[in-house]
Amino acid sequence: MEYETIAAISTPMGEGAIAIVRLSGSEAVEIADRLYKGKQALNSVDSHTIHYGHLIDPDTDEVAEEVMVSLMRGPRTFTREDIVEINCHGGLVSVNRVLELVLRSGARLAEPGEFTKRAFLNGRIDLSQAEAVIDLIRAKTDRAMNVALNQMEGRLSTLIAKLRQQLLETVAHVEVNIDYPEYDAEEMTQNLLTSQLKEVEEEIRSILITARQGKILREGLSTVIVGRPNVGKSSLLNSLVHENKAIVTDVPGTTRDVIEEYVNVRGVPLRLVDTAGIRETEDLVERIGVERSRERLKQADLILLVLNYNDELTDEDKKLFEAVAGMDVIVIVNKTDLDEKLDLSKVKELAEEHPMITTSLKNEEGVDELEKSISELFFAGSVESQDLTYVSNSRHIALLEQSRKTLEDALVAVEAGMPVDMVQIDITRTWELLGEIIGDTVSDSLIDQLFSQFCLGK
Amino acid sequence: MGYKADSYDVIVVGAGHAGVEAGLASARMGAKTLMLTLNLDSVAFMPCNPSVGGPAKGIVVREIDALGGEMGRNIDKTHIQMRMLNTGKGPAVRALRAQADKVQYQSEMKRTIEEQDNLTLLQGMVEKLIVEDGVCKGVVTKTGAEFEAKSVVLTTGTFMRGRVILGDLSYESGPNNMQPSVNLSHHLEELGFEMVRFKTGTPPRVNNKSIDYSKTEIQPGDEKPRAFSYETTEFITDQLPCWLTYTGEETHKLINDNLHRSPMYSGMIEGTGPRYCPSIEDKIVRFNDKPRHQIFLEPEGRNTKEVYVQGLSTSLPEDLQQKILKTVPGLENVEMMRAGYAIEYDVVVPTQLWPSLETKTVKNLFTAGQLNGTSGYEEAAGQGIMSGINAARNAQEREAVILDRSQGYIGVMIDDLVTKGTNEPYRLLTSRAEYRLLLRHDNADLRLTELGYEIGMIPKERYDRFLAKKEMIEQEMKRLEKIVIKPSEQVNAVLPENSTELKEAMHAANLLKRPEVTYQEIHQLAPADYEIPEDVAEQVEIQIKYSGYINKSLQQVERMKRMDEKRIPDGIDYFAIGGLATEAKQKLDEVRPLSIGQASRVSGVNPADVSILLVYIEQGKIAKIAK
Repeated sequence: MEYETIAAISTPMGEGAIAIVRLSGSEAVEIADRLYKGKQALNSVDSHTIHYGHLIDPDTDEVAEEVMVSLMRGPRTFTREDIVEINCHGGLVSVNRVLELVLRSGARLAEPGEFTKRAFLNGRIDLSQAEAVIDLIRAKTDRAMNVALNQMEGRLSTLIAKLRQQLLETVAHVEVNIDYPEYDAEEMTQNLLTSQLKEVEEEIRSILITARQGKILREGLSTVIVGRPNVGKSSLLNSLVHENKAIVTDVPGTTRDVIEEYVNVRGVPLRLVDTAGIRETEDLVERIGVERSRERLKQADLILLVLNYNDELTDEDKKLFEAVAGMDVIVIVNKTDLDEKLDLSKVKELAEEHPMITTSLKNEEGVDELEKSISELFFAGSVESQDLTYVSNSRHIALLEQSRKTLEDALVAVEAGMPVDMVQIDITRTWELLGEIIGDTVSDSLIDQLFSQFCLGK
Repeated sequence: MGYKADSYDVIVVGAGHAGVEAGLASARMGAKTLMLTLNLDSVAFMPCNPSVGGPAKGIVVREIDALGGEMGRNIDKTHIQMRMLNTGKGPAVRALRAQADKVQYQSEMKRTIEEQDNLTLLQGMVEKLIVEDGVCKGVVTKTGAEFEAKSVVLTTGTFMRGRVILGDLSYESGPNNMQPSVNLSHHLEELGFEMVRFKTGTPPRVNNKSIDYSKTEIQPGDEKPRAFSYETTEFITDQLPCWLTYTGEETHKLINDNLHRSPMYSGMIEGTGPRYCPSIEDKIVRFNDKPRHQIFLEPEGRNTKEVYVQGLSTSLPEDLQQKILKTVPGLENVEMMRAGYAIEYDVVVPTQLWPSLETKTVKNLFTAGQLNGTSGYEEAAGQGIMSGINAARNAQEREAVILDRSQGYIGVMIDDLVTKGTNEPYRLLTSRAEYRLLLRHDNADLRLTELGYEIGMIPKERYDRFLAKKEMIEQEMKRLEKIVIKPSEQVNAVLPENSTELKEAMHAANLLKRPEVTYQEIHQLAPADYEIPEDVAEQVEIQIKYSGYINKSLQQVERMKRMDEKRIPDGIDYFAIGGLATEAKQKLDEVRPLSIGQASRVSGVNPADVSILLVYIEQGKIAKIAK
């Protein structure tokens, strides 16, 4: 446990144009080499050097990220272990993809404060800092646990608990055959085992595909700009795109007629959806009437609702408020450079608890406030502690991927005719991995299950 | 009224399955040892089922043998039937089980003890320990004899304030109406031990001549001769079968109609019973949709007609037991010879022990067996041998020997007991072992003989034989890794039918990794020019065939060992460690783990607590260096 290679994002979340994913441990270089493609393999370069190259996703053989990788061999490092630091683009999407890749390639996500802990245990930090390390571990764990608990009330945890129960019953069945060979329980056959395992595997697959949080991580926060014609939607889009570097230009799986712009607003990945439509037709109410657009609106994670400061509130505006009720909305009152004709108190009433920003996009005023508001919403506000959620999320995804892999191993072993007690090793491992997602790894459950499921005795 | 009797290095109190292994181990390690038992006729008595071994338990017997203990050798000499279980599954869960001749088992064990050098067997009831300043210095018997010793081992089984319960009848008694030990239990409480009440039970015994076996299924032993001990060379071929029958609707109705007469449901029983060995009334209440339950009829020996009715453990009243028996096919006219009963007894909460089985409360005092909350002869014997070894080493002022979880089921069991405790009689199951694949029936000698020899339990000649076997396994594995098998018609003819044709040349070892290919075929294709004994061939096959899984387990063990190597200093004050959660502080203070690894297994201690503990300990080290 102490010497496994660990990885984590080591730059503050959502700040800076460059982010760093750091690996520490005896396999740090090996793991990085599994992904890195540059002039030279990292295991052949000098210590304390930096190299340009790309990370290749081993599953697809496609280029995943453009990176600079620095390599430092122990003991002349922070942790006194081998350290590899992968520098990538600063947005959540990029850095998270890098983290996911290294976790999939054999690193374990670092516990809170673990780099510092290692540095300390390897004699790198002096005594006076020890107390601080303890505080750090405690504080971060408590916070992470709170976030974990919040998440766990969701659908995902229920689903995972169900899958674990299914696996547990399967394992208990295997175990009763082993520990009570003469007991008249149905023998766990290859077919039975395969069908039970396949069922769980399918479920894990579909969680991986549809998990909404995971989608946001990989695809960004889908954002729709709405507003009547001529309120400044295009200006808003342009200022968001121009002020922030677009980080992805080619999105696989999107159709030609829908163009999506990716922008990185203070570390928050925004996917501005259907912006082409907004550009082309200013006839918004008509557009909303179209079922497809309505659907798209409903799928959005964030709505930027734009109003005209220089015009009175219309029925169309009110309809817009109705259409986005219950969603994450930022209300933008644009054109403050012109005369006030809008009843702001009325707008505040309609906006309820949603943040309201006033801008003059023409004069480039208020964009800062808007960006701040987006990042606050994402990191602290109603999108709920996304920095931590997001970290535990890439952890979740890595764990789900691993679960799927161990389950596949089990299925292959069954197929190959391996004895059931070997297959059980991978099933139990899957059960444990899923347990790590919901923070439940109590190993006595199996024995409880065994005796509640079967009637055994002398 | 007391008088000074002899002094010993080690005194073992009790001569059940824990006691005999403790006494023999201590004596074999050169300690002058006294074994005291209530009744010389009950040495190694089997108060319940007439069998030894089975999944997990059978492997414990092999481990005891590999460490130089007696249980395996003794059952090899006295069984009436032997079977290898789980042969259709993988090697990790294969397990040997023997039906014992109960009387012969006892007399053979007693003879071995009587013949053992350094060992004195004496009848007497220990009522008190001599304890000065928290250090145990000897024992006092009911007759006033005061024996001094450097170490004392208590293996008093279910005798401590034993109470037998049968219907509405309840009386103070040890198992099988033997006299209970009452004063010693009170004395332990006075010394500060926390005791809890556990419960177990046994089924009725019936007369063989009154059974109609034509209505049952025969369960014969294996034709192939088998043995627990690696040293056994003579095999018993004359075996007796067991028989299988079932309870039925009538049985279940009778029990359901009379549940009010069960002490289990009237609240008379206060002790915690084991879930894995419920009484028949329990089974029928908890699993009422199961139409029938298995009943195995097991002979108790060659010179007796008594038959053990496995599956019918009960504490229902005697008259009802007779009626229940008669509802079972084959037992319509059965004669009951002894009634089943439940027994409650005192248990020392095992988290009060160090992993050496020495108590934390009283120095030089060890406890082992059912007294520590386990159930089963094998579990008792496994603790017995370790407590004997460590009592002798304590007397000889040597460091304790502790098996870790990767070395044996014995290690798993003791670690579970002292780290997690138990709230019901603890039974070993293969699923309790996280490294089950490494803890196999076939490799107990490879795991433990070296250690047995080092501590003086294994004689030189046996050790040399072991080394020769080990050498041969390594040699044969190397040979198969080098030798190449080329595809040919003859080669493909030898491969099993369900195997895919060999198309390219392949190392013999790799071919053996195919699940359907056995060592036999490999040996046919690539014969060695010397004879390979069967046990060597078995090792080679298992180690090569499952090397992928075995290596995975070995990596996990490496990780565990690193954690176990990090020692926690004596006398650490957990309440002074700021960052620890309150529950962790309390649990750690109670268990007082010896290593970070053990600390991480204490229930209620989470990974963050372990990290904090690590940092705290390192901090202490730096502080010392700074001074």
